[in-house]
Amino acid sequence: MTLSRRKFLINSTMLGCSAAASPLLTPVTLAAAPGDNRLVVIILRGAMDGLGVVRPLGDADYASYRPSLAADDDMQDLDGFFALNGALKELMPLWRAKELSFVQAVSTPYRDKRSHFDGQDLLETGSNDATGAPKSGQTGWLNRALALLLEARQETAFSVGTSRMLLLDGAQPYSSWSPGADLEMSPQTEALLARIYADDPLFASSAEMALDLSAKTESMAGGRAGNAKALAAFAAARLNEETRIASFSIGGWDTHNGQKRNLARALTQLSDAILALKSGLGANWQRTTVMAVTEFGRTARENGSAGTDHGTGGAMVMAGGALNGGHVFGQWPGLGELDLYQNRDLEPTDDVRRYLGWALRDLFGMEASALGSTVFPGVEMGGNVGIIA
Amino acid sequence: MLTRSEIIQAARFEYGIRPDETRFQGGLLEQLTGTDPLDALVPVESTEARFAELRKFRELRQSMGGDADTIKQVQRRLRRHAATDAMRNLARMVQNPRGFRERLFAFWLDHFTVSPKRANEDYMLGAYLEEAIRPHISGQFSELLKAAVTHPSMLFYLDQIASTGPNSVAGQRQERGLNENLAREVLELHTLGVGGPYTQDDVRQFAELLTGLGIGPEGMRFAPNRAEPGAEVILGHRYGGARARIEHIYEFLDDLAMNPATATHLARKLVVHFIGPQARPELVADMAEAYLASGGNLTALYEVLLDNPAAMAADFPKVRPPVEYVATVLRALNFDAEAILNANAGDTRKLAKALEAMGQRPFKPNGPDGWPEDAESWITPPQLAARIAWAGQAARTYASEQDPRALMQAVLGNTAPEFLSFAVSGAETKWEGVVLLLVSPSLMRR
Repeated sequence: MTLSRRKFLINSTMLGCSAAASPLLTPVTLAAAPGDNRLVVIILRGAMDGLGVVRPLGDADYASYRPSLAADDDMQDLDGFFALNGALKELMPLWRAKELSFVQAVSTPYRDKRSHFDGQDLLETGSNDATGAPKSGQTGWLNRALALLLEARQETAFSVGTSRMLLLDGAQPYSSWSPGADLEMSPQTEALLARIYADDPLFASSAEMALDLSAKTESMAGGRAGNAKALAAFAAARLNEETRIASFSIGGWDTHNGQKRNLARALTQLSDAILALKSGLGANWQRTTVMAVTEFGRTARENGSAGTDHGTGGAMVMAGGALNGGHVFGQWPGLGELDLYQNRDLEPTDDVRRYLGWALRDLFGMEASALGSTVFPGVEMGGNVGIIA
Repeated sequence: MLTRSEIIQAARFEYGIRPDETRFQGGLLEQLTGTDPLDALVPVESTEARFAELRKFRELRQSMGGDADTIKQVQRRLRRHAATDAMRNLARMVQNPRGFRERLFAFWLDHFTVSPKRANEDYMLGAYLEEAIRPHISGQFSELLKAAVTHPSMLFYLDQIASTGPNSVAGQRQERGLNENLAREVLELHTLGVGGPYTQDDVRQFAELLTGLGIGPEGMRFAPNRAEPGAEVILGHRYGGARARIEHIYEFLDDLAMNPATATHLARKLVVHFIGPQARPELVADMAEAYLASGGNLTALYEVLLDNPAAMAADFPKVRPPVEYVATVLRALNFDAEAILNANAGDTRKLAKALEAMGQRPFKPNGPDGWPEDAESWITPPQLAARIAWAGQAARTYASEQDPRALMQAVLGNTAPEFLSFAVSGAETKWEGVVLLLVSPSLMRR
């Protein structure tokens, strides 16, 4: 039998099956939470141009390197030396309330090949391998950090969005969710489904939560999987419950071309996500730290097409009521030809993992020694970077 | 009834079994020779024709002055082409008894990923698939490389159209300069691989060699007045000279195709894609050697791969990405190309949404490295939930009267695991039995 005469696939009920109508979904058990502090890690995929976001206007070389990119109409002064890209101006009230900070001139140990994909893997595994060569069985640093939380449960950490976050992969259980994932099954079918997945560890590990998913996310139906605001709103809702760590990605940072417009577009996503977290978290915003990190920065000089190419040193964006806000952290290396890395990129003066590590220590009480051995092996934690209030 | 090895071959190298299909007579390599009847079934306009259409659109826009609504309408029409192209691809996967041909096409399309951003690029996509990729999947890799890297879709996607030699005539006049995006990705992704023997200087020099390559009113165009003057030294060899010509670029791409690092990179990618993540250095080395000995022929790679016992192993470490999974399910349900090509815009959109929920918007991977190969990337809880939701609706809508036991016999033969037979027979209704079959690891793995 062929079906060519029939209306093709998916009638109107195809995706709209309501989870609420299903009596079969296992209710979620809420676990006791370890402490009250919250951490949101946002991976900015594609290499954010740190120099275009937190602009070193006080450095005389900057404007000469970037004839068409150094300024914009909405640019906001931060501290007299650095100015903020105008696309983030909606975050200025947070800056004034000391709920927004940046780190300039940081990087992972990754050097020279400037591949997005190896760079992102390194950022998420927290590895110390400067070549970034992928290895099998890699785990994410945030997953290893979960192992140090005594009371961590599956609900403690949440990966948000459809794509896999290597950052959270590993032995410790965590939860995940995305807009538009829902199911409807009879109890018998559900039981049989569990049976056919039981012998396949990959499917078995996902199946139970796949069946749980729609129960708790019904109110979020309709959001787009790629919409950072929707992801942030969901993350906020979970963080108001028993979740303490959430992570998602925002793409669109690879601005080789027409950077003014393209970087503004990505920054608007980031700004919307941070504001959605703040409004969704309400009073809990005061106990929250958001850290947005990227695989590397971009060239100090504008390229031939009003964009920038892959670089080395970059910037971090941090927000939240728990933050020591209103600062641009980091040691400024300068932009002179000899100051630049390979006379091309901002020279990294510190390790992004030290900032992440000290945040974990200050928010969750993890020992600096444990952080330096299991979460970020090989990282000299040094003195406290002081980003948490 | 199908033999065990037919079913394993269909799972690993094709899009699974379609019960009402007459199976292709002959081996996998024989699928690659001769013309493909599917080409006639789904014809595609050429790059040239599409550029002519774009020219008309530009003239229309100029003559219209400020009539924004009409322009928006045309843009929407151009954009719809990407959706149409995605459906046409799906129709071919579902209908073609030469499944290996379609799988190789998908593999090389991913190797040379492009992802349209503007309406013009959406419109160009189908021509890229049919002219740059499909004719070259079993011949010389250098032909595929040159066709893909110089096609307008790639020149748009990796910003080559924005790169100008800083000391060229145009560069001096317009104060424009280099954009190294295409040069880097050709070395990192398309040829040598990220671990390959190249440096930042090679990227830079290659970017200079590529200047001049761009797009004109009729398609790809080499404009010497945008080319950086002088020769470039890349990987220790000199290319180009006094007068810039596109042949210098072809010459370097030909050399790249025959670089041993390229041979290893391509062999490794094929092994990971078709066999699995486990390192198989001997197989990779044998394939690379055969490729180099053949003068860079892709079929030489496939021949060694298919000869290896791992090609017919009965364990399936890979998971089908969503588009492939959808094609496999539709084949299992006896869909044909006509049903897919006749889908209306609303249904096409709904399928696109379902694929997005499963983690794969067609032609929108995260970056130029294409879609992930590892199984873990495709079975996160939200993705698995989306697969079950889609397959559930497909079964309820199109297979409510099918006997799930007969269907399982038809698509899995005696390879069905015992517990799956038990579950499928134990379902409350026929359609739920079909769902269990469609969402089982047996249909999702390969």
